[in-house]
Amino acid sequence: MAPTDKYSYPSPEQRDYIGRRMARVDGLPKSTGRAKYTYDYNPKGLLYGAFVRCPYAHARVKSIDTSEVEKMPGVKAVEVVQQPGSEIHWAGDEIVAVAAVDEPTVRDAVRAVKVQYEELPHLVIDSDEPPRNLPPDTSPLSLDDLQDLARNQVPGAQVVKEINERGITFKPEEASLDRIPPDIANAIKSAKQKPAEKKAPSWYKPAAAETQGDAEAAFRAPDTVVSEGIYGIPVIVHCCLETHGAVAEWTGNDHLLMHASTQYVSGIPGQMAEVIGIPAANIREVQENIGGGFGSKFGPDRWGIYSAKLSKRAGGAAVKMMLSRAEEFAVAGCRPSAYARVRVAAKKDGTLTAWESFGWGTGGPGGGGSPPIPYLIRDRIPNYRTQWTAVVNNIGPARAWRAPNHPQACLITMTALDDLAHTLGMNPLDFFKKNVELTGSRANIYMDEFPIADELMGWSKRWHPREDKTSAPIKRGLGLSMHTWGGRGHQSECDLTIQPDGSVTIKMGTQDLGTGTRTAIMAIAADTLGLTPQQINLLYGDTQYPPSGGSGGSTTIGGVSATTRRAAVDARDALFAKVAPTLGATAEQLEAVKGQIRVMGQASKALSWKDACAKIGGVPINAHGKNLGGRDPLMNSGVGGVQMADVSVDTETGVVKVNKMVAVQDCGLIISLETAESQCYGALIMGISYALYEEKIMDRTTGQMLNANLEFYRLARIGDIGELVVKMMVNKYDSRGVIGLGEPPVVSPGAAISNAVANAIGVRVPMLPLTPERVLAALRGAQKGESA
Amino acid sequence: MTTNDENSAGLSRRDFLKISSIAASVPLLTGPKTISVDGQEVVVHGPGPVPVALTVNGKRLTGQVEPRVTLLDALRAHFDITGPKRVCDRAECGACTVLIDGRAVYSCTTLAIEAQGQEIVTPEGLGEGERPHAVQSAFVNNDAQQCGFCTPGFTVAMKAFLEKSPHASDAEVARGLAGNLCRCGTYRGIHGVVAQMAGRAPKGNAGTTIIAELGTRRKEARDGSD
Repeated sequence: MAPTDKYSYPSPEQRDYIGRRMARVDGLPKSTGRAKYTYDYNPKGLLYGAFVRCPYAHARVKSIDTSEVEKMPGVKAVEVVQQPGSEIHWAGDEIVAVAAVDEPTVRDAVRAVKVQYEELPHLVIDSDEPPRNLPPDTSPLSLDDLQDLARNQVPGAQVVKEINERGITFKPEEASLDRIPPDIANAIKSAKQKPAEKKAPSWYKPAAAETQGDAEAAFRAPDTVVSEGIYGIPVIVHCCLETHGAVAEWTGNDHLLMHASTQYVSGIPGQMAEVIGIPAANIREVQENIGGGFGSKFGPDRWGIYSAKLSKRAGGAAVKMMLSRAEEFAVAGCRPSAYARVRVAAKKDGTLTAWESFGWGTGGPGGGGSPPIPYLIRDRIPNYRTQWTAVVNNIGPARAWRAPNHPQACLITMTALDDLAHTLGMNPLDFFKKNVELTGSRANIYMDEFPIADELMGWSKRWHPREDKTSAPIKRGLGLSMHTWGGRGHQSECDLTIQPDGSVTIKMGTQDLGTGTRTAIMAIAADTLGLTPQQINLLYGDTQYPPSGGSGGSTTIGGVSATTRRAAVDARDALFAKVAPTLGATAEQLEAVKGQIRVMGQASKALSWKDACAKIGGVPINAHGKNLGGRDPLMNSGVGGVQMADVSVDTETGVVKVNKMVAVQDCGLIISLETAESQCYGALIMGISYALYEEKIMDRTTGQMLNANLEFYRLARIGDIGELVVKMMVNKYDSRGVIGLGEPPVVSPGAAISNAVANAIGVRVPMLPLTPERVLAALRGAQKGESA
Repeated sequence: MTTNDENSAGLSRRDFLKISSIAASVPLLTGPKTISVDGQEVVVHGPGPVPVALTVNGKRLTGQVEPRVTLLDALRAHFDITGPKRVCDRAECGACTVLIDGRAVYSCTTLAIEAQGQEIVTPEGLGEGERPHAVQSAFVNNDAQQCGFCTPGFTVAMKAFLEKSPHASDAEVARGLAGNLCRCGTYRGIHGVVAQMAGRAPKGNAGTTIIAELGTRRKEARDGSD
């Protein structure tokens, strides 16, 4: 960040709100129940929509009969979603959409639609280790294959490699090259075109082995300590408390008003225009609040599209389609699983030398992306060999889940390394410090954070070697983990208007997922203009305002902060120019502080904000703020975080209880400290939840999810969290600019808690969640091992 | 479930389930009727819409509602009172919590017809007029909310809990507020709400919080982050 840049964020002594604990500005509307969500829009004449869903995990639609439902009183519109002949890949997929005058009627209507299916073989289990030496798929890539890669968030470099090696079956002009990253588009343009190959159906999609150095030789080297294990984390579900859904209403023959529950307000029109058949410019999306997204709410989805189609068919009456809780569990996305058999080696002094892993996991019908294993150290560990097999199955579609691929990669890597530290007889904190240079450019951040976490947890005082040797059945242990995330700001624009009466309005088409986006925008605008947040009116969540990127990948804070700062600085400078003559100074000599425009260093030469704005004249000041995403001096990428867990394990019942967790987290310059801390507390709680309780449990026989409700899909409750301590690295790395925070703190808890359990009971519980059943099985396994 | 009294519909869920199974044979009942089920006299409503009168936040609301409609759905769809949220729809999460005659109740598992004649308070009616209830302000002060979808129900449950246990221990909080789920993970802030309402300093990071809505600054023991 160039210090001479007039847009640079203010220095600490110039901040009243930035980096301080400012209460979230949307707090009271939420706590009083007045905040409106998609689910709360009740326009006049509202109809309710619902889907007929396929009960089979894999089937073909044979016939659909809607004759009875179309005659039912109260039914206003019926649309077939998937025609006879369609192949269905998961239980719960949408077949027919119906709208009726109220919810009871639409529920009855859904039951009156007759659909016949041909059942096909399904697979919904992903934890069985796939066969090892399956040949990787070298057949040329179809457009569908490319879409799978994109959907599974396979890194761009790997996609380019696959295109180069395998060729393509389509003509480059058939792909929408302008919508995909340039490196991939270039690879497509220069790829060999080959005829499509007939592939034998398989549940497995093996990827080629990746290697660095010579792992085999490193494992065989003298004086090498080797640890082996199997580790895994199952498919889990986002569980947004506001289920996915939308309210659609035609406001004219060719104008559509949408209230989709979305993480990407500005992107909704462009994603709906083609399928609805009207220009994107005629589609308006409005969303005030969203009840959770966590990566699962970027597109309009079938419910968005079909609420609009049903509305059209019903003469434009508004149609609300919100998923039920069971539907949300079945179809609205989940996090891919990841399992791996790992070998890892170090010299006797603890220096890591080699990693080998055979991993697998599923993201449903598309297979699933491969997590970046070994996590954090992949670029610098001298020797590794990794292989990944995607399991293509009928468990349901995957979606981005807060920090895609990182919690899985972190769990597999940090547990394997913790086991190696144990084999070496080392304290894991010493082991991680010893190898910290393998993390690359963020090593200094981890080294700054380790001692803070150590002190807050009392690690050095309380850590004991594996297995709590006290005689009571409840054993206590400590574990740690570390993580990273990119989080560079997205493209964003805004308008900031100062009226001659002094009122200020910001318009930005962004969204606030509850992360504190609104609060951060207000903090920056207030500090730049020398006002309080109450003096600023923020309009957002509407495609009538300047566009902002989707809120995913921790990109929002960087994006909206840079944009707000630029608009506010330009508007303020324009105001300075208007009032400078009155104050007998040049514009450059003025500052905006505490509700005044005054001459720097001469506090007596000042105008109140209101008097200053009266000099604006008839036309308000308007400044447009913009950042294009990518490299920008106001934002940056790449954070470091360290977490520690303290657990108690009842060795008689297998119940794990978290006593305390510590999170030490960097995110560059912190804008809104209170909501930043809340992100970390929330991530720890979400982490406790997936470490101990969460799993999408599928029934082998019916192919359906067995625990599709909040009773048997357990989430952490208030009594499950223990003491949580969050330490943000305040004023430490400000010069790096603003970096996103939503994802990183949720990456480590699984590994930290698993390591703490191993430290307590002396054996590794290989798979999350660490249920009583799994803990007891691990203890029994250890006993058998000893007696054998 | 609420207990029935002479003002309510006099209909338990068990009765209702029995009636549901025989409803097909007594179509187009409109007003309440008395029929015999297993030798007992039972008041039957429906199955079509029946007149329903609810007292919500001190106001009397009337409408035509099917007997199978829950109090939650009646509040939201018929009367546009959207503070109570439907999250699980089966008494697992507490997002729909309302007060009925002062007691916290899951409105998703209470029928609208059986809530008649009782005082219903939703999150919108917890405070006085435009003024929020102290519990609702404490949720802001302690940042005990993120996406905010669980929050309205949580505030109602909190108010009812604190009336019974104003100085609850952590263990009592863990038990007493276990009926409300949050996905964003705001439980630490919710512990802070309990502490603030009991006049205790919250644990952990509480520093200087600038309360934007009130334009005042709250000074508290500093530690941690700065």
